[in-house]
Amino acid sequence: MALPTLLALLGVLSSFLHPDIESLSHLAQYVLPQTIKNTIFLVVGVGVVTTILGVSLAWLTAVCDFPLRKFFVWALILPMAIPGYVMAFALVGLFEYTGPVQQFLRDAFGSSNAFPDIYSYGGVVMALSLALYPYTYLMVRNAFQTQGLRSLEVGQSLGLSVRESFWRICLPMARPWIAGGTLLVMMETVSDFGTVAIFNYDTLTSAIYKTWFGLYSLPAALQVASVLLIFVVIITLLERRSRASQRFSQTRSSKSVAGRIHLSGMFRWLALLACLLVFSLAFVMPVMRLLYWAVPNMDTELTTQFWAYVAGSTSLSLLAMMMIAGLALLMAFSARTYNSPFAKIVVRISTMGYALPGTVLAVGLFVPVAAIDNALGAMGLSTPLLQGTMVVMLLAYSVRFMAVAFSPLESNLLRITPSIDAASRSLGVSGIKMLAKVHLPMVKGGLLTAMVLVFVDVMKELPITLMTRPFGFNTLAVRIFELSSEGLWERAALPALAIVLVGLIPAFILIRKSDVR
Amino acid sequence: MINRMFNSQAALATFAVISSIILGLLAGCSPSSEPESALGSVESIEMNDALVVYSSRNEHLIRPVFALFTEETGIDVEYATDKAGVLIERIKAEGKNTPADVLITVDAGTLGYAAQQGIFQPLDSADVVERVPAYLRDDKDYWTGLSLRARTIVYSTERVNPEQLSSYQDLGASQWQGRVCLRTSKKVYNQSLVAMLIAEQGEAKAESIVSSWVANLAIPPTSNDTKLMEAILAGQCDVGIINTYYFGRLQEKQENLPLALFWPNQTEEENSGVHVNVAGVGILKHSKNAAQAKRLVEWLVSDSAQALFAGVNKEYPINDSVEINPQVASWGSFKQNPLPLSQAYLLQPAAVKLMDRAGYK
Amino acid sequence: MPNSNDIMMSESQDLIENYLSVDNVSIGFEEREILSNITFQLKRGDIGCLLGPSGCGKTTLLRSIAGFESVDDGMIKLNNKALSHQGYLLAAEQRNIGMVFQDYALFSHLNVIDNITFGLHRFSKAQAKTRANDLIARIGLVGKELAMPHELSGGEQQRVALARALAPEPQLLLLDEPFSNLDVELRETLSRDVRDIIKQSNTTALMVTHDQNEAFVMADNIGVIQSGKLAQWGSAYTIYHEPINAFVADFVGQGVFLEGNMRSASEVETTLGCFEREISSTEQDSLESGDKVKVLIRPDDIIHDDDSELTARVITRDFRGAEFLYTLALANGEELLVMVPSHHNHAINELIGIRLEIDHVVVFK
Repeated sequence: MALPTLLALLGVLSSFLHPDIESLSHLAQYVLPQTIKNTIFLVVGVGVVTTILGVSLAWLTAVCDFPLRKFFVWALILPMAIPGYVMAFALVGLFEYTGPVQQFLRDAFGSSNAFPDIYSYGGVVMALSLALYPYTYLMVRNAFQTQGLRSLEVGQSLGLSVRESFWRICLPMARPWIAGGTLLVMMETVSDFGTVAIFNYDTLTSAIYKTWFGLYSLPAALQVASVLLIFVVIITLLERRSRASQRFSQTRSSKSVAGRIHLSGMFRWLALLACLLVFSLAFVMPVMRLLYWAVPNMDTELTTQFWAYVAGSTSLSLLAMMMIAGLALLMAFSARTYNSPFAKIVVRISTMGYALPGTVLAVGLFVPVAAIDNALGAMGLSTPLLQGTMVVMLLAYSVRFMAVAFSPLESNLLRITPSIDAASRSLGVSGIKMLAKVHLPMVKGGLLTAMVLVFVDVMKELPITLMTRPFGFNTLAVRIFELSSEGLWERAALPALAIVLVGLIPAFILIRKSDVR
Repeated sequence: MINRMFNSQAALATFAVISSIILGLLAGCSPSSEPESALGSVESIEMNDALVVYSSRNEHLIRPVFALFTEETGIDVEYATDKAGVLIERIKAEGKNTPADVLITVDAGTLGYAAQQGIFQPLDSADVVERVPAYLRDDKDYWTGLSLRARTIVYSTERVNPEQLSSYQDLGASQWQGRVCLRTSKKVYNQSLVAMLIAEQGEAKAESIVSSWVANLAIPPTSNDTKLMEAILAGQCDVGIINTYYFGRLQEKQENLPLALFWPNQTEEENSGVHVNVAGVGILKHSKNAAQAKRLVEWLVSDSAQALFAGVNKEYPINDSVEINPQVASWGSFKQNPLPLSQAYLLQPAAVKLMDRAGYK
Repeated sequence: MPNSNDIMMSESQDLIENYLSVDNVSIGFEEREILSNITFQLKRGDIGCLLGPSGCGKTTLLRSIAGFESVDDGMIKLNNKALSHQGYLLAAEQRNIGMVFQDYALFSHLNVIDNITFGLHRFSKAQAKTRANDLIARIGLVGKELAMPHELSGGEQQRVALARALAPEPQLLLLDEPFSNLDVELRETLSRDVRDIIKQSNTTALMVTHDQNEAFVMADNIGVIQSGKLAQWGSAYTIYHEPINAFVADFVGQGVFLEGNMRSASEVETTLGCFEREISSTEQDSLESGDKVKVLIRPDDIIHDDDSELTARVITRDFRGAEFLYTLALANGEELLVMVPSHHNHAINELIGIRLEIDHVVVFK
C-alpha cells in the first residue's frame, strides 16, 4: 500500500532533479516567508480551536447531562458532511460586510465597523475549525465514553474535584485520541486549497498552485510541496510521540456506566448554549444558506443528470469505503503481526498521502500510471488498461484517505491482545474465521468510524475524481466544482446539499451503533 | 517465530480473499456505472466516430455546444473536464497513447504554456486564419481563440461620475485613494491583465502602476469578481476591475443595478484598448483523429457555433460578423487591445512575480 | 514368554502414562536459548504444573505445547500423536488443546454463553447450548449467561475462561498463570474449585505458575524450571521433600540451609547434630567423608518445645493467624525457621526451646 504513496512522494522529491532556480529564488524572497508563516499560524490555530471544540463538546455529551444532550450527541457530528469550502462560503456570505449580519447591524446602529472582519486570520481559522472539529469530536468522545466516568471516579477517590480530575486524569488519558483527531485535522488543513482560497489567505498549498498555474513551473511547485512535506513529517512525529503513551492509557472498560454528571442550573444552560452555538454555526447556518440558494434554482439543477451525479457519488463512495477500509484493516493487521520497524515505516508512509494537496497527489499518481500504461502499450497490449478505469481512481483514493481509515482502526486494534488470537486458535478458530468471528467484531467500532469518515471524505473529494474519472462519469463534487469555479454558487447549492444529505446517512448509522455500544 | 509467520500468512490469505472480492465487485460494477468506459472509447476512436475533448472550460458551458456539433455533423464528442494545468500534465503523461484529440482551455497564457509544452500540432486551417483576427490566435498556429472575455472597469453609478474614469493605470491616481477593489492576483485574469501592462509599458512602469493600485485598495483583494461587485454595492469601494460576463449575470438577477461598465484606454493617448482574453482550442499532437478534430475547431469558429459558444457565457464572439446577445450588446462597443495574446504566456510569470513584489495578494 | 495381550496392555498403559510427552525440547529466539532439553511426561487425567520464577521460560514451554511457538529441537507428542518437532508444527487450532490465559482473553464483544460456545463447532446449536449451560452450572454462574465480560468480576471472568477452554472437551487443558490476576483470598478457593472442575471433567491439564502454593493445591506432578532447564519433575511430595538442588528446595518451600560436614557417605554433621542423608531416587552424586555440604532444614522439621534444652533466639516473627513463623538464631549465628501455633506468643530476642523431628535430611554440595 505504501508503494503508490511512495511513488507520489518520490514524484514530488524528484522535482529537485530539475530545479527551477529563477522561480525558486523569487518564491523564496517574496512568497515563501509569508506563506510558511501563514501555514504555521493556520495549522496551529485550527489545531488548537478544533481540539478545544472537539474535546469540550465530547466531554459535555459523553459525561455530562444537560437538556437536549441526546440530540447533540449526533447533531454535532453532522458538520463533517459539509465540505470546507462550502462552510467557508456560507460563513463569508453571512458575516462579510455585504452579508445579512453586518447589513442588519448597519440598519440598526448605522455602522458595522465594530464587527470583526471575516476576511482575516480569525475567519479562516473559524471556517476550517467548524468544518473539521468533528474528527476530533468523534475520536475523543469514544475515549471519554469508555473511560471518562471511571477515571473521574478514580480521581474523586484520590480526593480530586471533578475539575481537577478532568485536567489531571481524564484529559491526559484521552491524549492519544485527541492527538489522533488533531493530526487528521492538521493534515487536512495543510492540504486545503478551497477554503483558504475563499478567504484569499495564502498558505503553502496556495503557493504550490500559484507556482504551477501562474509561473508555469511544475518543478518549482513540487519543490514547494516538499517544504510542505517537512511540515507533515513534523506533525506526524509529534503525534507519534504523544501516542507512545497509548498502551498504558488503555484501561479495562468500566464495569457499568455510572450516572452522568448533573450540571447545576446555570451550567446546564451554558452547556446547551455552547452546543447550540457550534451546531448552528457549523451546520444549520451553512445548510440554510445552501437551501436559500438551492430552492430558486431547483428547476435548472434538478434534472435526470442530477440523479446521475447522486448515483455516481454514492456508488463511488461506497466502493472506495469498502476498499479503503479493507486495505486499512489489512495494513493494520499486518503491522500488528509483523510489528517491525519496517512495517511501521510502511504504515507511516502510506498515511502521508492525506497531507498532500489533492491535485499534487493526483498528478503524482497519474504520471506513473500513465507510464505503466504506455509501457504495456509498447508491449502490444491494447491500451489504456489502467487510465480512465475505476481501479486507478480507487487506488488514488486509497493513497489519499488511508490515514483517515487507519487512524480509528489503529486505536481499536490495540484492544486485541495477542492472547485473544491465541485463545481463538486454541478453540480451533483461525484464519478467516478468526477474522470474522473475533477480530472484526472487536474492531467494529473503529471500522465503522473509518468507513463513515472515508465515505464522507470521498464524497467531498475533488482533484483525484476530476483527473482519474472515466469519461462521462460525474459526481456531485465535480458538479459543485464546475459551477462554483464559474462563480455560480447558487446553482452549486443543490449538489452541495445533496452531498450533505447523502453524507448524513452513514453518520446516522455510526451514531446509532456507537450509542448502543 | 516460524509460528508467527504462519499466523500472518493466514491473515494475508484472508485479506487476499477480501481484496479479490472487492475487485470482483468493482469489475461487476464498472460497466454499469461507466457506460462510456475508457475501453469503449478506444474502440470508438478506432472506428473514427467520436472525438475526445479535454476541457478546462466547464461542462455546462461546453455540453450544449457539443450537442449542437453532434446534431449537425453526426460526430460524437466525449469530454473530461479538469483544471488546465492538470489536463496539460495528463496529456504529457499519456504521451502518444492519449485518448484525447482536442484541448479547450481558458486564458491565452495557459494556451501558450500548452503550446510550449509541445502537446499541440499546427491547426493549419484556412478557415481559422480567415475568421479569427491574428492577435487572438497563436503566432505559430498551435491554438486559436474561440470566445472573447473583456476585463474592464466597473463603477458605482451612485458615487462615481464616469467622466472621472479613463484608464486602468489611472485607478492608481490619488482621486481613487481608498476607493478601489481588486480581485485576488492568483486569478489568471489579473495575471494576463498585468502581463499586458508589462507588454505596453515595460516592467518598471507596470510595477509602479500595480503598486499604486494596491495603495488605493479599500479592502483586501476579493476572492472573485462577484464579491467585488457586491463590495461596491455595499459601499465598501467605488470602482474595480471585472470580467464583463460576471456583470451580466448580476444584472440579470438584479434590475436597476447601481453599477455600470466603463471601457478604459479608448483615447488616442492611452492608445491600447480594453484588455481581452480568450477561451481557446488546440489539436493535440498525438490525436488519432486529427481530421475530425480540425473539423470541430473549424465548426467552433463558424457563425452558428460562435453565437452559442460565446452566448452561453455572455462572452464576445471571436469575429465581429457574429450577432451578439442583446444584453451584452447593451453595454456598448469598445476598442480591444490589439496586442497579440500569444505574448501573454511569455510575460505571465513576470506578471505574477511583479504582483508578489508589489504586495498584491 | 509374554503373550500379545500383555503387549497390548503395556502399550495402552504406556499411552496413559505418557499421555503428554515432551521429549528433549529446546527453543530459542534470535540465537538466545530460552529452553533447553526439556523432558517430562504427563499421565492421562493428571494435572501437571510448571513452576518457576518469571522469565525462566515456563510460559514459552506452555505456548509451544499449545502450538503458538515452534520447537527448535526435540518432540512434543500428545496421545501418541506428534504435535511439534524440528521443522514441524501442527497448527494450534488443529490440536484440540484448550487454554486459559493470564488475562483470560475473553471476547469482549460476546456474552458469557457465546464466549463458552465459541469453540463448539462440531456441536449442533442445541447441543452447544446444553453443553454451555452445563458448564455454566458447574462454574456457578447460572443467571449470568447473558452478561458481557466487562460486567463480571475477575473471578467470574476467570471461570468463564475456564469453561470456554473446557467446552470443546480438549485433549489437554493448558493454564497460563490462571490466578495471578486475582487477590490472594480468591486464589486459594478458586484454585481448589478449578481443580475440582478439571478433575470432574476428567481432563488432563498443565498449568504454569510462579506460586508454589497454587502448584501444591492443583498439581499431581510438578516441574520446576530453572533458567530454561527442567530442574526436577515429580510429585508435589517429592519436590518438597526431596528437592534435587538448592534452587528447587528454595523455590518450592520455606527453609534454611545449615552448614554441614559429611562424616561418611550417608551421614552428615551439623550444629544441630548428626543426620542420615536422604538418598533420593533421582540423585546419584556421591559424597565422601569430610565434604562440606548444605543441609536443608524446613520449618516443619523443627518443633517448638518449651521443655527442650536446645534453644534459639527469636529474630523475627510473622503472624499467620493460626501460626507464627519465627526466624530463630542459633548460638553460632545460623538461622532456622519454625512454625509455631499462634498461642505461643514469644517476644523478639526471647530464647525459646526447639526440638528436631527429622528422619532424613537433604544435602547439597
